[in-house]
Amino acid sequence: METELCGIHLRHPVINGSGTFDAIAARRAFGDALLDEFPFSAFVSKTITPEPRSGNPPPRLWETPSGLINSIGLPNKGLDGFLEHDLPQLAELPVPLIVSVMGTSHDEFARLVDGVAGREEVAALELNVSCPNVESGLIVGESPEEARSLLQVLRPLTEKPLLVKLTPNIANPVPVAVAAEGAGADAVSLINTLRAVAFDPDSGDRWLGGGTGGLSGPAVRAVALAQVHAVAEAVSIPVVAMGGISSGRDAAEMLRAGARIVAVGTESFRDPAAGSRIAVELGGELARISG
Amino acid sequence: MAPFGRRLCEVTCNLPSGGYRIFSVLDRAGPEPAAGQFYMLAADSGWGGEQGRPYLARAFSVADAEREGTGVRLDFLVQAVGPGTSRLAALEPGDGLWIHGPLGRPFAGPSDVAPGAAGAILVGGGIGVAPLALWRRRLLRAGIPARVLLGFRDRPNSGGLDLFDCGEIRLASEDGHTGHRGYVTDLLAVLLEGDVARTGAVYACGPPAMLEAVRVLCADRGVACELALEAPMACGFGACFGCAIPLSDGGYMRLCVDGPVVRGEEIETALVPGSGH
Repeated sequence: METELCGIHLRHPVINGSGTFDAIAARRAFGDALLDEFPFSAFVSKTITPEPRSGNPPPRLWETPSGLINSIGLPNKGLDGFLEHDLPQLAELPVPLIVSVMGTSHDEFARLVDGVAGREEVAALELNVSCPNVESGLIVGESPEEARSLLQVLRPLTEKPLLVKLTPNIANPVPVAVAAEGAGADAVSLINTLRAVAFDPDSGDRWLGGGTGGLSGPAVRAVALAQVHAVAEAVSIPVVAMGGISSGRDAAEMLRAGARIVAVGTESFRDPAAGSRIAVELGGELARISG
Repeated sequence: MAPFGRRLCEVTCNLPSGGYRIFSVLDRAGPEPAAGQFYMLAADSGWGGEQGRPYLARAFSVADAEREGTGVRLDFLVQAVGPGTSRLAALEPGDGLWIHGPLGRPFAGPSDVAPGAAGAILVGGGIGVAPLALWRRRLLRAGIPARVLLGFRDRPNSGGLDLFDCGEIRLASEDGHTGHRGYVTDLLAVLLEGDVARTGAVYACGPPAMLEAVRVLCADRGVACELALEAPMACGFGACFGCAIPLSDGGYMRLCVDGPVVRGEEIETALVPGSGH
């Protein structure tokens, strides 16, 4: 079950999706048992932005059939707050740390990569490109040209692995993945949440305080599987697959679709230790398939 | 401290209590919870029924907890209003229930809430009486006097009184079927006119409008209060950032890890969009 991602040794192929597990809060709830039984082989931080963000107004959640719509709005302490308060605590985790960053311009992204990549506690960075570049108005993850030009700015700034988190809210994610690979990305991760909306059954207004949200959970798994398969066929860099993985069997399907690593998100909400369970189940699935 | 991960417990009973139900599980692995703490609950079978819901676990304050034999008996009060609560209300002895917890910040003793406070005033509304039942038992065990005021909308939307045995309780109901006809906050307003306002701390749990009325009453009278709030919650341990409550000094708190019990002055309002839904 041991594997590696961009040269980072992992003791199994199951990590977390960014923004779906707060290891610092979980340690408050579960104590050091979290460290002893840490469910993921690497930890991906919640996305950090240059400045602090408080996030979207409530309500932020809506349950769907076999899924969840969230509209959280990337609350975080900002780059300086992350480096001062969160990074020392995340460095105590028993696994490599991948830091997710998001900027709204090349300069913002560069500032984030500069600030984070030099820290020895950080093994790799994930670029959250599901937001607009304020200079072009285009969403970076929806445009091969935007993705390429961003990577051309960031690639020279660090030798640490850069993962690009692809958006599924696009007819075909393959051109963006290919552009990212061509401009020096070390891996791609997908899928982010699918744009979704819910209406208040009483008022008829949109339910979420942020208006629209992103759908996750088993409801999106077949979509994720298709996109992972298409991207893995088109690129030779590793693919980190996520989207509704709830069992070892789901994880094995993602690997069969071409992924190197899988990430668990919404299932961790239902069971904080889901990552460990899925890793164990995945081992059984792989033994069964190869046997 | 809650054990890491979820664990399967056996349902030991499920009985009607007025218009609600009280179901119990035996938790063989967890510690005794503090009053005001909660668990995330999901039935082992029939979770994600024909409509694909319920999907997420549901947050429930613990209504009573007692060490029994090889574990801790946990009692929960439920009213069937949606897919999750309907499934939980239909649990039968022997069924499996996944739990993680106990989670969150519990009630603090009166002297910790307000210097000089020697007694407690418990104000509950509807299904929100649950955490106050355990809190009352713990206060009595500690020799701290507790007055109990409970309010309900009407007979179908009332219950849980079994959890408050052998004590003086003052009741209110909006339809007048029991106790004072009106709101439980009417009873609180009268009580706070007396000396008790200077020697007590208020603890409240109930629907958002009731909690907001309690918060404002207490703020006006200068009485310290703790409110047990509710918000849509996917995980219960700080992972999803879904249960945001606006703070009085700006920004948000995550109710699961910074609550569910909050001081009245900490929050901007108890009328949080999406809460009590």
